[in-house]
Amino acid sequence: MMNCRQAVRLMSEAMDRPLKGGERFALRFHWLICVGCRNYRRQLSFLREACGQEVTTDEPAPPPST
Amino acid sequence: MIASAGGSADPTRPSRSQALPPAAASIAGELASFQREMLRFAVLQLRDQASAEDAVQEAMLAALQGADRFAERAKLKTWVFSILRNKIVDIIRKRVREPSYEQPENEIDESDFDPLFGADGHWQGDSRPADWGDPEKAFENRRFWAVFDACLNRLPPGTARVFMMREMLGLDTDEICEELSMSSNNCWVVLHRARMGLRLCLDQKWFAGGDSSR
Repeated sequence: MMNCRQAVRLMSEAMDRPLKGGERFALRFHWLICVGCRNYRRQLSFLREACGQEVTTDEPAPPPST
Repeated sequence: MIASAGGSADPTRPSRSQALPPAAASIAGELASFQREMLRFAVLQLRDQASAEDAVQEAMLAALQGADRFAERAKLKTWVFSILRNKIVDIIRKRVREPSYEQPENEIDESDFDPLFGADGHWQGDSRPADWGDPEKAFENRRFWAVFDACLNRLPPGTARVFMMREMLGLDTDEICEELSMSSNNCWVVLHRARMGLRLCLDQKWFAGGDSSR
Protein backbone atom coordinates (compact mmCIF):
# COMPACT_ATOMS: atom_id res chain seq x y z
CA MET A 1 0.00 0.00 0.00
CA MET A 2 1.06 3.54 -0.71
CA ASN A 3 2.74 5.41 2.13
CA CYS A 4 2.74 9.17 2.72
CA ARG A 5 6.15 9.68 1.22
CA GLN A 6 5.03 8.10 -2.03
CA ALA A 7 1.71 9.92 -1.85
CA VAL A 8 3.26 13.41 -1.61
CA ARG A 9 5.48 12.68 -4.58
CA LEU A 10 2.47 11.57 -6.61
CA MET A 11 0.39 14.55 -5.47
CA SER A 12 3.09 16.83 -6.78
CA GLU A 13 3.26 14.97 -10.09
CA ALA A 14 -0.50 15.26 -10.39
CA MET A 15 0.05 19.00 -10.70
CA ASP A 16 2.32 18.49 -13.69
CA ARG A 17 0.98 15.47 -15.55
CA PRO A 18 -2.20 13.42 -15.72
CA LEU A 19 -2.00 10.47 -13.36
CA LYS A 20 -2.55 6.96 -14.58
CA GLY A 21 -5.67 5.15 -13.46
CA GLY A 22 -3.87 2.99 -10.94
CA GLU A 23 -1.99 5.93 -9.48
CA ARG A 24 -5.17 7.92 -9.07
CA PHE A 25 -6.90 5.04 -7.42
CA ALA A 26 -4.08 4.42 -4.97
CA LEU A 27 -3.96 8.10 -4.09
CA ARG A 28 -7.71 8.34 -3.53
CA PHE A 29 -7.59 5.39 -1.22
CA HIS A 30 -4.68 6.92 0.65
CA TRP A 31 -6.59 10.18 1.17
CA LEU A 32 -9.45 8.27 2.73
CA ILE A 33 -7.24 7.10 5.53
CA CYS A 34 -4.71 9.92 5.86
CA VAL A 35 -5.65 13.37 7.10
CA GLY A 36 -2.07 14.64 6.79
CA CYS A 37 -2.03 13.91 3.07
CA ARG A 38 -5.47 15.45 2.63
CA ASN A 39 -4.08 18.61 4.18
CA TYR A 40 -1.01 18.36 1.99
CA ARG A 41 -3.15 18.15 -1.13
CA ARG A 42 -5.02 21.29 -0.11
CA GLN A 43 -1.74 23.06 0.60
CA LEU A 44 -0.35 22.21 -2.82
CA SER A 45 -3.32 23.86 -4.50
CA PHE A 46 -2.81 26.83 -2.21
CA LEU A 47 0.82 27.12 -3.36
CA ARG A 48 -0.27 27.12 -6.97
CA GLU A 49 -2.90 29.73 -6.28
CA ALA A 50 -0.41 31.90 -4.41
CA CYS A 51 2.06 31.75 -7.30
CA GLY A 52 -0.70 32.77 -9.68
CA GLN A 53 -1.52 35.72 -7.45
CA GLU A 54 2.03 36.99 -7.40
CA VAL A 55 1.36 39.51 -10.14
CA THR A 56 -1.38 41.27 -8.28
CA THR A 57 -0.07 41.32 -4.78
CA ASP A 58 1.33 44.76 -4.28
CA GLU A 59 -2.08 46.29 -4.40
CA PRO A 60 -4.44 44.17 -2.39
CA ALA A 61 -8.05 44.50 -3.39
CA PRO A 62 -9.75 47.28 -1.49
CA PRO A 63 -11.62 45.95 1.50
CA PRO A 64 -15.35 45.57 0.99
CA SER A 65 -17.14 48.74 1.95
CA THR A 66 -18.54 48.53 5.41
CA MET B 1 9.24 57.75 -15.63
CA ILE B 2 7.79 56.30 -18.80
CA ALA B 3 8.87 59.26 -20.89
CA SER B 4 12.45 58.57 -19.97
CA ALA B 5 12.16 54.87 -20.66
CA GLY B 6 13.90 55.21 -23.99
CA GLY B 7 16.50 57.63 -22.73
CA SER B 8 18.82 55.26 -20.98
CA ALA B 9 18.22 52.60 -23.57
CA ASP B 10 20.71 50.62 -25.49
CA PRO B 11 20.77 52.37 -28.88
CA THR B 12 21.63 49.16 -30.66
CA ARG B 13 18.18 47.78 -30.05
CA PRO B 14 16.16 48.44 -33.17
CA SER B 15 12.83 48.58 -31.34
CA ARG B 16 13.90 51.66 -29.42
CA SER B 17 13.80 53.85 -32.43
CA GLN B 18 10.21 53.07 -33.33
CA ALA B 19 7.85 55.93 -32.72
CA LEU B 20 5.18 55.27 -30.17
CA PRO B 21 1.56 55.19 -31.33
CA PRO B 22 -0.73 58.00 -30.14
CA ALA B 23 -2.58 55.56 -27.88
CA ALA B 24 0.61 55.09 -25.86
CA ALA B 25 0.03 58.33 -23.98
CA SER B 26 -3.30 57.10 -22.69
CA ILE B 27 -1.87 54.00 -21.03
CA ALA B 28 1.49 55.39 -19.96
CA GLY B 29 0.37 56.58 -16.55
CA GLU B 30 -1.30 53.35 -15.65
CA LEU B 31 1.65 51.33 -16.89
CA ALA B 32 4.00 53.35 -14.73
CA SER B 33 1.92 52.45 -11.70
CA PHE B 34 2.69 48.75 -12.25
CA GLN B 35 6.41 49.28 -12.49
CA ARG B 36 7.27 48.46 -8.92
CA GLU B 37 5.25 45.25 -8.94
CA MET B 38 6.72 44.23 -12.25
CA LEU B 39 10.21 44.77 -10.95
CA ARG B 40 9.53 42.76 -7.84
CA PHE B 41 8.14 39.92 -9.95
CA ALA B 42 11.13 40.00 -12.31
CA VAL B 43 13.67 40.10 -9.49
CA LEU B 44 12.04 37.09 -7.91
CA GLN B 45 12.30 35.16 -11.16
CA LEU B 46 15.75 36.27 -12.24
CA ARG B 47 17.46 36.90 -8.90
CA ASP B 48 19.37 39.70 -10.49
CA GLN B 49 18.45 43.36 -10.30
CA ALA B 50 20.02 44.46 -13.57
CA SER B 51 18.42 41.85 -15.81
CA ALA B 52 15.14 42.33 -13.98
CA GLU B 53 15.24 46.05 -14.74
CA ASP B 54 16.00 45.30 -18.38
CA ALA B 55 13.08 42.90 -18.60
CA VAL B 56 10.68 45.40 -17.05
CA GLN B 57 11.85 48.21 -19.26
CA GLU B 58 11.51 46.10 -22.38
CA ALA B 59 8.05 44.94 -21.36
CA MET B 60 6.96 48.52 -20.72
CA LEU B 61 8.25 49.63 -24.07
CA ALA B 62 6.61 46.73 -25.88
CA ALA B 63 3.34 47.60 -24.17
CA LEU B 64 3.60 51.23 -25.23
CA GLN B 65 4.41 50.24 -28.78
CA GLY B 66 1.45 47.90 -28.84
CA ALA B 67 -0.89 50.38 -27.22
CA ASP B 68 -3.00 50.66 -30.37
CA ARG B 69 -3.87 47.01 -30.23
CA PHE B 70 -4.90 47.30 -26.68
CA ALA B 71 -8.52 48.24 -26.23
CA GLU B 72 -9.53 46.83 -22.90
CA ARG B 73 -8.06 49.02 -20.22
CA ALA B 74 -9.32 46.76 -17.46
CA LYS B 75 -6.95 44.02 -18.50
CA LEU B 76 -3.93 46.24 -19.02
CA LYS B 77 -2.13 44.74 -16.07
CA THR B 78 -2.71 41.17 -17.17
CA TRP B 79 -1.50 42.06 -20.61
CA VAL B 80 1.67 43.84 -19.57
CA PHE B 81 2.52 41.03 -17.16
CA SER B 82 2.14 38.49 -19.92
CA ILE B 83 4.62 40.53 -21.96
CA LEU B 84 6.93 40.62 -18.96
CA ARG B 85 6.66 36.86 -18.54
CA ASN B 86 7.78 36.36 -22.13
CA LYS B 87 10.73 38.69 -21.62
CA ILE B 88 11.75 36.76 -18.52
CA VAL B 89 11.49 33.45 -20.35
CA ASP B 90 13.72 34.90 -23.09
CA ILE B 91 16.32 35.92 -20.55
CA ILE B 92 16.27 32.51 -18.87
CA ARG B 93 16.53 30.88 -22.27
CA LYS B 94 19.61 32.94 -23.09
CA ARG B 95 21.17 32.16 -19.75
CA VAL B 96 20.78 28.43 -20.02
CA ARG B 97 22.23 28.43 -23.53
CA GLU B 98 25.46 29.91 -22.41
CA PRO B 99 28.22 27.31 -22.61
CA SER B 100 29.13 27.84 -18.98
CA TYR B 101 25.61 27.05 -17.84
CA GLU B 102 24.97 23.86 -15.97
CA GLN B 103 21.60 23.00 -14.45
CA PRO B 104 22.42 22.07 -10.88
CA GLU B 105 21.29 18.65 -9.79
CA ASN B 106 20.00 17.47 -6.45
CA GLU B 107 20.28 20.82 -4.73
CA ILE B 108 17.64 19.48 -2.41
CA ASP B 109 18.31 15.87 -1.66
CA GLU B 110 15.51 13.42 -1.02
CA SER B 111 17.19 12.55 2.27
CA ASP B 112 16.62 16.16 3.40
CA PHE B 113 13.03 15.10 4.01
CA ASP B 114 13.91 12.00 6.03
CA PRO B 115 13.13 13.66 9.35
CA LEU B 116 9.54 14.25 8.23
CA PHE B 117 8.77 10.58 7.73
CA GLY B 118 9.07 7.48 9.82
CA ALA B 119 10.77 4.33 8.61
CA ASP B 120 7.44 3.16 7.21
CA GLY B 121 7.20 6.28 5.03
CA HIS B 122 4.30 7.79 6.96
CA TRP B 123 4.32 11.29 8.43
CA GLN B 124 6.13 11.35 11.68
CA GLY B 125 4.81 13.17 14.75
CA ASP B 126 4.59 16.93 14.34
CA SER B 127 5.56 16.83 10.72
CA ARG B 128 2.15 15.61 9.64
CA PRO B 129 0.66 18.52 7.66
CA ALA B 130 -1.85 20.38 9.79
CA ASP B 131 -4.95 22.12 8.57
CA TRP B 132 -4.10 25.66 7.37
CA GLY B 133 -7.70 26.71 7.81
CA ASP B 134 -8.66 29.23 5.17
CA PRO B 135 -5.17 30.04 3.83
CA GLU B 136 -6.41 32.30 1.01
CA LYS B 137 -7.18 34.92 3.63
CA ALA B 138 -3.44 35.51 3.77
CA PHE B 139 -3.51 36.90 0.22
CA GLU B 140 -4.81 40.19 1.57
CA ASN B 141 -1.96 40.49 4.00
CA ARG B 142 1.18 42.25 2.81
CA ARG B 143 3.29 40.54 5.42
CA PHE B 144 2.27 37.19 4.04
CA TRP B 145 3.75 38.13 0.67
CA ALA B 146 7.00 39.15 2.29
CA VAL B 147 7.16 35.71 3.92
CA PHE B 148 6.17 34.02 0.68
CA ASP B 149 8.92 35.80 -1.25
CA ALA B 150 11.43 35.01 1.46
CA CYS B 151 10.49 31.33 1.27
CA LEU B 152 10.85 31.37 -2.52
CA ASN B 153 14.24 33.01 -2.17
CA ARG B 154 15.33 30.31 0.21
CA LEU B 155 14.92 27.67 -2.47
CA PRO B 156 18.28 26.86 -4.08
CA PRO B 157 18.68 28.67 -7.43
CA GLY B 158 18.29 25.76 -9.86
CA THR B 159 15.29 24.42 -7.96
CA ALA B 160 13.71 27.85 -7.80
CA ARG B 161 14.22 28.32 -11.53
CA VAL B 162 12.37 25.14 -12.40
CA PHE B 163 9.60 25.87 -9.91
CA MET B 164 9.03 29.42 -11.09
CA MET B 165 9.15 28.47 -14.76
CA ARG B 166 6.36 26.08 -13.96
CA GLU B 167 4.23 28.04 -11.52
CA MET B 168 4.85 31.68 -12.34
CA LEU B 169 5.83 31.70 -15.96
CA GLY B 170 3.30 28.99 -16.72
CA LEU B 171 5.48 26.67 -18.81
CA ASP B 172 4.59 23.01 -18.87
CA THR B 173 7.12 20.44 -17.80
CA ASP B 174 7.92 19.38 -21.37
CA GLU B 175 8.98 22.92 -22.20
CA ILE B 176 11.00 23.21 -19.01
CA CYS B 177 12.74 19.88 -19.63
CA GLU B 178 13.64 20.98 -23.09
CA GLU B 179 14.92 24.40 -22.08
CA LEU B 180 16.99 23.03 -19.24
CA SER B 181 17.91 19.70 -20.85
CA MET B 182 16.45 17.70 -18.02
CA SER B 183 14.53 14.44 -18.13
CA SER B 184 10.82 14.65 -17.33
CA ASN B 185 11.37 12.52 -14.31
CA ASN B 186 14.10 14.79 -13.01
CA CYS B 187 11.89 17.78 -13.62
CA TRP B 188 9.05 16.24 -11.58
CA VAL B 189 11.44 15.38 -8.80
CA VAL B 190 12.78 18.93 -8.64
CA LEU B 191 9.25 20.36 -8.65
CA HIS B 192 8.21 17.99 -5.90
CA ARG B 193 11.15 18.98 -3.71
CA ALA B 194 10.53 22.66 -4.39
CA ARG B 195 6.92 22.27 -3.26
CA MET B 196 7.95 20.31 -0.19
CA GLY B 197 10.46 23.01 0.71
CA LEU B 198 8.13 25.90 0.09
CA ARG B 199 5.26 24.27 1.97
CA LEU B 200 7.49 23.56 4.93
CA CYS B 201 8.83 27.10 4.97
CA LEU B 202 5.34 28.64 4.87
CA ASP B 203 4.16 26.22 7.51
CA GLN B 204 6.96 27.26 9.85
CA LYS B 205 7.15 30.96 9.03
CA TRP B 206 3.51 31.77 8.61
CA PHE B 207 0.84 29.23 9.33
CA ALA B 208 2.27 27.82 12.52
CA GLY B 209 4.55 30.64 13.48
CA GLY B 210 2.13 33.38 14.04
CA ASP B 211 -0.82 35.28 12.97
CA SER B 212 -2.00 33.20 10.07
CA SER B 213 -5.53 33.79 11.20
CA ARG B 214 -5.51 37.47 10.38
